[in-house]
Amino acid sequence: METIIGLLKENARMSNKDIAAAAGMTEAQVAEKIAEYEKKGIIKGYTIIDNEDMLDKNLVTAFIEVKVTPKADFGFDELARTIMMFDEVDTVTLMSGSFDLAVTLSGTNYKEIALFVAQRLSTIEGVLSTSTHFVLKRYKEKGFFIDNDTVDDRGLISP
Amino acid sequence: MIDYDKILSDKCKQIKPSGIRKFFDVAATMENVISLGVGEPDFQTPWNVRKAAISTLEKGKTKYTSNSGLIELRQTISDYVKKKTGVVYDPDHEVIITVGGSEGIDVAIRTLINPGDEVLVVEPCFVCYAPLVSIMGGVPVPLVTEEKDCFKLTAETLKSKITDKTKLLILPFPNNPTGAVMEKSDLEAVAQVLRDTDIMVLTDEIYSELTYGDEPHTSIIQLEGMAERTVYVNGFSKAYSMTGWRLGYLCAPRPIMEQMLKIHQYAIMCSPTVSQYAAVEALLNCEDDIAHMVREYNTRRRWLVTELNRLGLTCFEPKGAFYVFPCIKSTGLSSEEFCERLLYEYNVAVVPGNAFGDCGEGYIRISYAYSLKHIMEAVSRIEEFINSLKK
Repeated sequence: METIIGLLKENARMSNKDIAAAAGMTEAQVAEKIAEYEKKGIIKGYTIIDNEDMLDKNLVTAFIEVKVTPKADFGFDELARTIMMFDEVDTVTLMSGSFDLAVTLSGTNYKEIALFVAQRLSTIEGVLSTSTHFVLKRYKEKGFFIDNDTVDDRGLISP
Repeated sequence: MIDYDKILSDKCKQIKPSGIRKFFDVAATMENVISLGVGEPDFQTPWNVRKAAISTLEKGKTKYTSNSGLIELRQTISDYVKKKTGVVYDPDHEVIITVGGSEGIDVAIRTLINPGDEVLVVEPCFVCYAPLVSIMGGVPVPLVTEEKDCFKLTAETLKSKITDKTKLLILPFPNNPTGAVMEKSDLEAVAQVLRDTDIMVLTDEIYSELTYGDEPHTSIIQLEGMAERTVYVNGFSKAYSMTGWRLGYLCAPRPIMEQMLKIHQYAIMCSPTVSQYAAVEALLNCEDDIAHMVREYNTRRRWLVTELNRLGLTCFEPKGAFYVFPCIKSTGLSSEEFCERLLYEYNVAVVPGNAFGDCGEGYIRISYAYSLKHIMEAVSRIEEFINSLKK
């Protein structure tokens, strides 16, 4: 993987100075490269990996399998774009296998998500069926352990 | 009451305990210590290797192997060494599987050294060579490498220490603790000195897969006439992140190997069987894993070298292993003072350079076998420490 992207994926707050040192580049080169990635849309944004449980927001997250009928001329894209426009929806992915679109979304309670699926998602023309799974616990996200940190069981000093 | 002092071997009593050990004992009693002190990788052993071991256990393949080790593994090692160096070792008679590179070093020294033989030991270096030479009644003769030479062994240093008692040169590159490598031209200069002599070479290439320069790792056995006078040690600990599996190997000309095998068989019987099966998988199917680890190490190495130089702990650019060896003389402290104060006052563990030979005084060893996040935290504490010294 490209070094700068790799470093930012591990720590999006890493300074250009540190990235430059780690990648063997100058700060100016790093700044230029990142600006290029942002402009081209290779870097879409910067976010955090939070532990929602500790923030005590009591959010409910659902993973919804959606089966659809693709539309002539547009395939799956148009339906996916319709679904992604809802603010509640976090991710929309086209899948291979027994269903077509994987949708994740968060709400403040189960009812809110149930209503969203029943009233807004299922009613979209072309959506054949939905199957909603609620997330019980997150263990790992984007390479980060959410549940606990790994323990380094090596000694502190060895030859 | 037994007077234990009287019953113990004089040679053993004379061996100094490892300088690292003392430090380890102190650090182990402290809390919140952040360490840059280990000599082992932070990566997991690749999954396919662990899987191979599990499968070996499931099939119940848990008996002794032949003394030399599984022929399947010896053949794979022979192929690997040939691919890397062009040198062909006969898997039946010129390869044995050892308990880590460490046993290989021990066996080689015990096989070659008579009392009074002088053994040239490149320093700074890993801690085991001189004590193992001493216990055989050999005389370790340090070959001091210096920062100005990028801690490489020069032909001049080598020549200056050769006497008619010189039996063996121990050549540990890529080097722990300095991170120095010997490039082909550097090795050629050394080989030229040795070709007219009967001096043997013990080349410890445990870090051979971990290099970061433009030139790929070169082994001294690749140079004309050198394989016949060299015992080659390598292993799985560093490249494949398999330290706890305790597996290494020796390659050497048959007349030497026949003698080494006797010591190995009486001391060890054979290396761990499960580890041996796993090692076959490691050699055959881990190139991508190694490439990934090398890229990660390299990123950390570049950051660390840049930052240490910025802090005034100057260091040459190490091109191998996973250590940097910065000079701390600008602080006015000795290596041990520096490390003790850093540990007690700022809870960061690093290793004093003199643990690797007297000439390591004025330096410290910092390991980058840690995540960049961890290294950055440790270095920011080191920076606070350096700043506190300036006040």
